[in-house]
Amino acid sequence: MFVIFMESLSKWAIPAIIFIITLYGFLKKVKVYEAFTEGAKEGFYTAVRIIPYLVAMLFAIGIFRASGAMDVLVKALNPVTSLIGMPGEVLPMALMRPLSGGGASGIMNDLFTQYGPDSIIGRMASVMMGSTETTFYVLAVYFGSVAIRKTRHALPAGLVADAVGIITAVFVTNLMFG
Amino acid sequence: MINVIWLAFIIIGILVAGLTGNIEAVTDAAISNADTAVNLSLGLIGVMTLWLGIMKIAEEAGLVRALSRGLKPILKPLFPDVPTDHPAMGAIVMNLAANILGLGNAATPLGLKAMKELQEINPIKDTASNAMVTFLAINTSSVTLVASTVIAYRNSAGSANPTEIIGPTIVATLASTVAAVIAVKILQKMPAFRINENSETVQKITK
Repeated sequence: MFVIFMESLSKWAIPAIIFIITLYGFLKKVKVYEAFTEGAKEGFYTAVRIIPYLVAMLFAIGIFRASGAMDVLVKALNPVTSLIGMPGEVLPMALMRPLSGGGASGIMNDLFTQYGPDSIIGRMASVMMGSTETTFYVLAVYFGSVAIRKTRHALPAGLVADAVGIITAVFVTNLMFG
Repeated sequence: MINVIWLAFIIIGILVAGLTGNIEAVTDAAISNADTAVNLSLGLIGVMTLWLGIMKIAEEAGLVRALSRGLKPILKPLFPDVPTDHPAMGAIVMNLAANILGLGNAATPLGLKAMKELQEINPIKDTASNAMVTFLAINTSSVTLVASTVIAYRNSAGSANPTEIIGPTIVATLASTVAAVIAVKILQKMPAFRINENSETVQKITK
């Protein structure tokens, strides 16, 4: 029931928002076409402004991923994470999640193929994937768009959120399906 | 902190690749990821332009202000430095709503619109304000209620019950978002992250 409701809400949301905003603007005597183009002219520059920040972030993460350093990190952390009930197979995905959304989905789909989506490993990977974000990407894009170089505590706070999300995912999955 | 982690990715990556005889992979990864980054950025141009246009209509019609006034009790404690009537609040609400509904295509442009508005009231233009870091932390913690991409992947992998992960996902999402907000509020008071009032940039502005 909840799922069907949320799915139709998601399907209708964007058409409904565009419908309401343009119509309401017209009723409020906004020159809708002119206002749209006035706002829209910033779009191109915002996207272009992100380029240096995203190149910096993705190329560094790319080197790290390609080098095999992730495997070393997985081996080092595995004894710790297995203490909280995280199967070693899921750990690479947990570490990949903040760095690369595509990389993490790749690992999740591999786990689905190998262990099945309804195994405890498959379920845990799903919950982790759904409850966290690609922190480094979001950081580069959002701060890049306004040319902010000094990000202060944004990265540590984002990583704390990821860690808490992942640990909660482990506990909840074990509790519900274990 | 971001400088240290960024450097660590590169230095550790190159050293490990060199020691394990995997050094060509570094060159390929560096070049192909730079390409990917440019394509991702340019790919935003269309949705970015669309949503900035729509948001401008909403702003001129007074919808954005109405939205931020309505949600003041939730927004004010999270973003105490942002005036309630400021367009930043409206953009923040729209971004969070799009995220909660899992509308990725709309969430990023609306988030960037919010960043642009927050930058206008940011006194030090190259340094993140407290409001920006709070907003970022909520976004990086994920607030999506129904992870539709994950459900789609589970479905195509032949899951008997692809949606069974929704409940636990919401619990984990809530935990990570609460942790993000608490972390931001604690960290922003620490000496390492406090805005340096004596820095040259601030003095230039106040002059």
